[in-house]
Order: sequence, then C-alpha cells, then structure tokens
Amino acid sequence: MATVTADTAHQTPKTPRKRSRYKGLNHLSGVDRIVVSLMVGVPTFLVVALVWFPAVGSVLLSFTNWNGIGSPSRAKWLGLTNYQNVVTNYPPFWPALQHNLIWLVVMFVIATPLGMLLAVLLDQELKGGRIYQTAFYLPVVLSLALIGFIWQLMYSKDQGLINAVTGSTIDWYGDQSYNLGAALVATSWRQVGYVMLLYLAGLKGVDPTLREAAKVDGASETTTFFRVIFPVMRPINVIVLVVTVIESLRAFDLVWVINKGRNGLELISTLVTQNIVGEASRIGFGSALATFMLLISSAFIVVYLRIIMREER
Amino acid sequence: MSRPSTEAEYLARLVPASTAALSRRNLLRGAVGATSMLAIPSLLAACGGSSSTTSPGATANTSGATGTVTLGSNQSDAVPKAAVQSVMDAFGKANSGLSVKINTIDHNSFQENINNYLQGTPDDVFSWFSGYRMRFFASQGLAGDISDVWAAKTDMTDALKIASTGDDGKQYFMPSTYYPWGVFYRKSVFSSKGYTVPKTMDELVTLSKQMQKDGLSPIAFGDKDGWPAMGTFDQINMRVNGFDYHVSLMAGKEDWSGDKVKKVFDTWRGLLPYHQSDSLGRTWQEAAQSLQQKKSGMYVLGAFVAQQFTKGAEQDDLDFFTFPEIDSNIGADAIEAPIDGYMLSASPKNEAGAKKLLGYLGGADAQNLAVKADPSVIATSGAADTGAYTALQKKSAEFVKSAKNIAQFMDRDTRPDFASTVMIPAIQSFIKAPTEIDSLVAGIQKQKLSIFSS
Amino acid sequence: MTTATSAPVDAARERPTRVVAKAARPRRVGRVLLYTFLTVMALIWLFPVVFAVISSFRSYAYTAQNGYISFGGFTFSNYVNAWQQANFGHTLINSLIITVPAVVLTLFLSSCIAFVVARFTFKFNLALLGLFTAANLLPPQALLIPVFRMFKAITVPLWFSDSGTLLNSYWGLIAVNVAFQTGFCAFVLSNYMKALPRELYESAVIDGAGVLRQFFQLTLPLCRPPLAALATLEVTWIYNEFFWATVLLSQGDKYPITSSLNNLRGQFFTDNNLVAAGSVVVALPTLIVFFVLQKQFVSGLTLGATKG
Repeated sequence: MATVTADTAHQTPKTPRKRSRYKGLNHLSGVDRIVVSLMVGVPTFLVVALVWFPAVGSVLLSFTNWNGIGSPSRAKWLGLTNYQNVVTNYPPFWPALQHNLIWLVVMFVIATPLGMLLAVLLDQELKGGRIYQTAFYLPVVLSLALIGFIWQLMYSKDQGLINAVTGSTIDWYGDQSYNLGAALVATSWRQVGYVMLLYLAGLKGVDPTLREAAKVDGASETTTFFRVIFPVMRPINVIVLVVTVIESLRAFDLVWVINKGRNGLELISTLVTQNIVGEASRIGFGSALATFMLLISSAFIVVYLRIIMREER
Repeated sequence: MSRPSTEAEYLARLVPASTAALSRRNLLRGAVGATSMLAIPSLLAACGGSSSTTSPGATANTSGATGTVTLGSNQSDAVPKAAVQSVMDAFGKANSGLSVKINTIDHNSFQENINNYLQGTPDDVFSWFSGYRMRFFASQGLAGDISDVWAAKTDMTDALKIASTGDDGKQYFMPSTYYPWGVFYRKSVFSSKGYTVPKTMDELVTLSKQMQKDGLSPIAFGDKDGWPAMGTFDQINMRVNGFDYHVSLMAGKEDWSGDKVKKVFDTWRGLLPYHQSDSLGRTWQEAAQSLQQKKSGMYVLGAFVAQQFTKGAEQDDLDFFTFPEIDSNIGADAIEAPIDGYMLSASPKNEAGAKKLLGYLGGADAQNLAVKADPSVIATSGAADTGAYTALQKKSAEFVKSAKNIAQFMDRDTRPDFASTVMIPAIQSFIKAPTEIDSLVAGIQKQKLSIFSS
Repeated sequence: MTTATSAPVDAARERPTRVVAKAARPRRVGRVLLYTFLTVMALIWLFPVVFAVISSFRSYAYTAQNGYISFGGFTFSNYVNAWQQANFGHTLINSLIITVPAVVLTLFLSSCIAFVVARFTFKFNLALLGLFTAANLLPPQALLIPVFRMFKAITVPLWFSDSGTLLNSYWGLIAVNVAFQTGFCAFVLSNYMKALPRELYESAVIDGAGVLRQFFQLTLPLCRPPLAALATLEVTWIYNEFFWATVLLSQGDKYPITSSLNNLRGQFFTDNNLVAAGSVVVALPTLIVFFVLQKQFVSGLTLGATKG
C-alpha cells in the first residue's frame, strides 16, 4: 500500500489536546497502514477475482464462437461477427433494449417515489407501523416460485382474478400490448418494499435534533421534510437512485418466471440467459449480448462517478 | 436416395456411412418386436467388421463388478423419484456387491446445467434424452461408449439401437421409456356428440366447425412456455412435406425460407381459427384443463397430458389419434415419440458397475417399475410386461408399433440453440401475426445460417 | 418527489406547530387520512399474497375443475405433502450453511471497504468506489461460464472441499455470493458513513484511537440501521439465491431450500397449489429474520452529542 499517501495538508487541527499530538484525520501509524491495506485488499481481491476477471473473460469470449465445451482455445475467433448478428440478425434484441428503458422509466417515476413516500410516512411514530412495514416488505421476501404463482392467479386469462372480477377477456400475459405493463405492476409491487426498507434505514440516520430544531422554529412537517430532511438525506437519495438504475438494467427474474422473457417481455438479461444457460450454449453470442449490457451499465457508472467527483471537490 | 420407409431407416441415415451401410441393410427387415431378435447376430458381425473399436462379439465385462455406482437422476418429484429408488433397490438386490448412490437434481436445473454438469464431476450414469441432444454430447466426448452393453442386449428393437447410436456409430444411450405425441380427446365428449375421429385435414376442419357450433373450442392451445407449439409445427411438417424432409430440415440442411416451410405455416394458419385463441398467455396445463373440463374438443400434445387428468375413470376417458393426413401421397404414419433413458459419463469411477446398471435399466425388470409409476409413458424393452398397462399405455404401445417413422421432437431433433433462441420466438410471432409468413421465414433462415455455420 | 406531498402531509401544511391548540383538529384529520391511505395501500399489497396462501390450502383437483375463483376444496394436505416430498429439513440446513457465513462476510467486508472509502481521502478512492459499484451492474448469467471454469481449475485440499476443487463446495458458493453482494452493500454503507459527522473521528484520533478502534467502536455501532436493513435484504437474497447454487454444486443433496421447491414440480406437470404451499413454508425463515431485525432499522439512533 505504498500509494497510500496521507493527505494531511488541508487538515488543520482545531484545539490540540493533551497526550497524543493530532496529526490530521488521514494520518496512519504503521499498524494502521496494515489494517487499512487488509480492509481494502481482501474485499477488492474477491470482487476483482470473481466479478471483474470473469467479466473480462466474458468480453473476450464474445469475439469467438465457443460453445462452452472443452477448452476455449478450440473456438474460432470471429471478430465482431457476433455483435453484427446481435444488431442486425436477432429480432428480440431491439425490443429488449426498449423494454429495459421502459422498465427504467417506470421504476424511476412510479415505484421508487412510492417506496420513498411510504418510508417517509412510516418514519413517524405510528400505531401499527411495524404491521404496515411488514405488509409492504412481504413481496421482497417471497421466493420466485410463489411470486410466479401469485401473479398467475391475478393475470391468467381463463382463470385469473382480474378478468373474473372485471369481466374483461384481456390476455394479460399473452397480448403484447398488455404484458409488459402487467409485468411492471408486479415488479413495482416488489420494488416498493425494497426502496421503502433502504429509505427507512436512511431516515433513521438523520439526526433527530434537526427535526426538533425545525419544529421549534415553527416549520410545518412538509417544509421540514423538504427544507431540512431531504437535503440531509442526499446520500440515501443517491443510493436509491443508483439502486433503481441497477435493478432496472438487471431486471430478470420476474419476466423469467412469467414466460422466460419472450413474446413482448424480452429484456437484455433474459436474452443473455437464453443463449448462455441451458443446452443452447451459444456462449460467444450470449457474451456479446452481455457486453452490450456492460457498456450500457458503464454509461450510468460514469455519470454516477462524475457526480461523486464534483461533490468531493 | 428414396424416402425412408421406416423409422429404422431414417435413424440409420443419421449414422455415418461407415456403419450406416451395414446397419441399414439389417434394419430394413423391420423395426419392431421379434424381428429384432433375428437381426442381432448379423449386427454383431457387422460391428466387428466396421471401423468401430468394438471387438467382435464383445459383451460388457461386468461379471466381476462390485462397489458403488453413482447415478445422476433428474426424476425429482415424488412419484418418479420413488420409482427410481425402487429400481435401484431392485438392482442392488439382483447384484450382490453392487449398490447405487442416487444424486437427484430437479428436472429443470439438471437440464439447464447439463453442459456444466458433464464437464464438472458427473455421476457414473445420468438420465438424459435421445436425439440430437444425445449425439451432441457423445460427439463432444462427454459421454461414454456403451456398445458392449448393447451387444448383449436382445430385447430392444434395432430402431431403438439406432436411436441410441452416436455420429461415430457407437452406442451412447440406453433407452428406458418413451411416449407418443398425438391428438388427444375425451371419449365421452366424442360419443355424446357423435363425433368421429378425423382421418384427413378436411375431416378435421369439418369436425372443428361442428365443435364450434356446439360451443366448444375445437383445438386446445397454450404456448406461453414456447415449446408446445413446436409439436404442432412438427406434425404439420411431417404431413405436408413428409418425414424425410422434416428430418433434413431439423438437421439444418434445408432452406427455411423456401416454399415448403411456407406451406407448413400456411396450412397452420388455416387451422389457427380452430385453435383456442390467446394461446401465448396460456400454459399447457391450462389448455389441458379446458380439455378436462370439456370446454375444448381436442389437444395436440404428448401423452403426458394424462398427468392433468385424475387417475382412474378420468384418465380412462382420454384417447388420442394420429394427426390427420394432409397429402395422400405422404400419408399419416410418421409420428413423434421422444425417448428418455440413461447415458454413461465420459470417465466413470466404476465403469464395470455402471455398465451393469445401464444393462439393467434397459431391461424389463427396471422398466416395469418405471411405467407403473408414470402411466403416461411406455417401456422400450420388448420383454417388458405390457399386461399391466393402462388403456392409454396399451394404445400408446400400439400407436408406436404401427408408425412407420418416428421423430423425437423439435428441441431434440435439431440444435438446442436453434430451437430455443430462434424457433420459439419465431413460432410465437407466427401465432401473433399469422399473415406475415414471408418475413418470418426469411428471418429464421438468416439466423439458421449464422447458427449452423458456427 | 412530488408524490411525497400527498394528502395526509398536505393537510398538516401551513399550520404552525407552535400554536398547538389550533393545530390539533386539522392534525387529527391528517392522521385519519394518513391511516386510511396506509391501510388501503397495505391491503392492496397484501391481497395477492393472501389469495395465494388461501389457494395453497386447496386441492389441485378442485381448482383445476372449478378454477381459482370458486369456493371449496379446502385441505391441509398440500402442506403435509410438500413437507414430506421436498425434504425441507435437510435443505434448510444447507441453506443455513450457505446463507449465514455469506451474509456475515458480506456485511463485514463491505463495511471495511466502505469505512476506508468514506473515512480517508486516498487518491484511488473514486476508482475503488467505481470498481465496487459497477460490479453490481454485471449480469451474473454473463459471468457464469468463466466463474465455472475458474472454479473447476482451482484445486483445494480435500479437508476444505470433498470434491477437491472449488466446484461442488460450499465455500466456493459462499465466495461467489459474497463477491456479488459486497458491491451493493459497500455502496450503501459508504454513502451512509460519509454522512457521519467528521468531528466524531477528530476527537477519536486526538484520543489516540487507531483505525481498528475507529472502525469497531465508533463506526459500526453508528451504522446499525443500514446494517440491519442490509442484513435483512442480504438474508432474503442469498437465501433465495438459486442460480449459482445449481451451477456450482453438482450434488442434489447439497442444494439450498429454494431448489427443493423444484422437487415439487414434475417434468411437465406441476401441482401449483402444492408449490404454493411449499413456497409459504420456505418464506417463513426470511420473514422471521425481518421481524427480528425490524426493530434495529426502525428505531432511530440518538446521535445526541453529534449535531450536524
């Protein structure tokens, strides 16, 4: 960790107290250096070895026609052929991209704000607050098998509750003009509880004295929230924002359990899975799809890091 | 080459020339039953003369086999799991010194991970399917040669032997059970309404119209999961273009954008008005329920449709017929009957024991237990006890025996990557927009070229 | 956040709380609206689950014949059958063997990285944060084949894994789970830790506290709400995780509890009511964890001495 250069210049000690001399927050003793190195080193090693190293492997495989059997050296180097096929010769690709974007917008505009709202409301001292929290969190806990069953009960054309109650004959899962919407309702149902939980934890970190001070100053609850609490909540807002982006780009399991991401429910992740997992084993082609996903994701990462950077200056 | 007249001949064509020439000669004698017994000696001789490494008259050297054999089984739900257990117990009893350790993995995970499973630490013996699916792993060196086990087998038809043969002419697969696809219906519905089984396409359409008048959906249909409609495509293709063409199309040798494939979709389009509508949101079980509830008249599916029906009277009410003839020059004697069975992994820890087990699994004792547990399948062994069969099983056995050509199923006869990533979306978009056939088949052909060339 | 100004909050707006007496009535109206809104929402949220749970108490033969919108066919046998067929006792232990170490390690390692990133201004901080955050965005399916190959190639002593490689070993699976979840947790925790008042650390340093003490005695206790929330989420995710487990473990009897649900499905036919009954049983442990940890993240912290 030789690169760890304690950057003490701008730290000016306030009032030097007795005993140890204050050398600034970033000053590290010998033992501390080892401790910090370990704290950084171990998790970094794990993530690099098990996430980034395979990711590079995946990108490399995307230039080949490897079928996943035997040594990858048996595969032929195809250059950009897989990418070309994805873009020009793979009907589900463009719809999938479009669906991912719709997904992102709906999560961003509906599910996430609703989760935040519920967290804010539940953050007050309420009777039965825990019961409400449990109700909203419940969908997050359930296994995929049950989620699939639950929404099949709701949406089935012949036997579903929605059609039985409203008398409509809409084919919720089969008709392309409805099934993405149906899947989005189901996924929002789960996302709300998740966002609520993260936000609740964040709200608890807000110094309660801030609120009291605002109260004493005569601010209303709404004003207090927007003028005092919300700005202090900036870190958690960023978290929820990034989580929303991540979840939308990685969205997978709900459409998978509905119809394996076909017929109007294509998402990039389901296309990757269809090509890589299972007997199909179009590793090269699937990896090319995954690389597209990686590229789109990195755009968001760059935006996020730029925000952070601006903040730290 | 003329159209093959039997399943055996078709299967023989899938075998490379070196071995195929010999086998086909024998196989022409007939695919079923006692004839196969006659064919065995000559086949053995043939094997000896071929380039394969099987020594003449070789039998599996399993007499001294002891120890534990591991078995990877995808039979994870209660009834079949218990059946597998009872088969293995019976095997242990019949062979002192040998025992089987079963590694049960649920069906879905097993299938999705088969590539990794076989390249990781596979069990000595594992359950799998025939068709391209089997030949693929054999040719990749991920399965063990069991020609010597086959050499000692006398109760399987040659057709089954060919269906167990890899591209190199050696056997890699031991059939256990199979089940036919057909058009299923409830006898009580047909008799109460006075319907008769349609023999031709015209009769099918007439019957469908009558059913619509009677307030029934003529043909139950559910394709939410993507694969059931493949069966309909296969059936129509075999009736319109013949078995030979079907096989060649599945092998990627034909032009998907040609007139023949267009004609299949055209014919299907003519039938679509009689299919249950909104099929893309319906699972096969929901479609089967409409047959069960007597809301639909017929259902093109595999015999596993029986699992949706209550055992006993309700299952006995279930019957089926072959998909009707469309072209009288082609007839209606080509069917689909996927075979399930077992394979040997590439480097088994207990090879002698594993081969002994495979021989046992291909025999009557093991299969009697298997077909008893699942009444929608029938045994492949000619020595199996058919006396205890249910009405449906008897019908299935009859049906398979009378068929001239037997295909497996689209996702077993063609490359799985083509079947799942190209054909499922393509057939689904056909169902959505049945008039846009030209652009659809052009798209399939383009993707086929890129997949089969890789 | 425009939706945040919903009815219940609006009602209390522009009422100076200083004048307590006058505010009392509208506040009560606000409260009623608030409770009504929450109750309606909660019922909407609960309804599908309740409906599914009720269906899990009905026989498949009955619902197949009459549909789910019917009344009758009630039975407890789905639960009895699911319990007998799915081998829950065994697979639950497998799930614990995987989930407990994975969650503990994930939270610990991500706290470490988050602490360093939030607490020190190193030049590589940003890169580090990017490295961990971006790792969340990668689809696990895409990394499947390389990870599988890597694990197959790594040989380990037999006392560590009876397969001799990281494949088919719980530690391999735990490592993958930790690697994939650390990014998210580190990201959440680092944002939270950055919000902790700087003065706390200044006085700690002046008192001579080393990095370890700052971490264990100062930072971690203050991070109880996010740690509890993350623990709840991570338990849910890792416990329900099924994809990596089935790829990396090749023995069915090592599979986690979620996979036992698949044992209730046939090759073609599935008794959905039976699977629903099994799913309800499987969901219970995660619900219990939620109840246990709920107090931790909903009880506010008193950062009394540390006004921002």
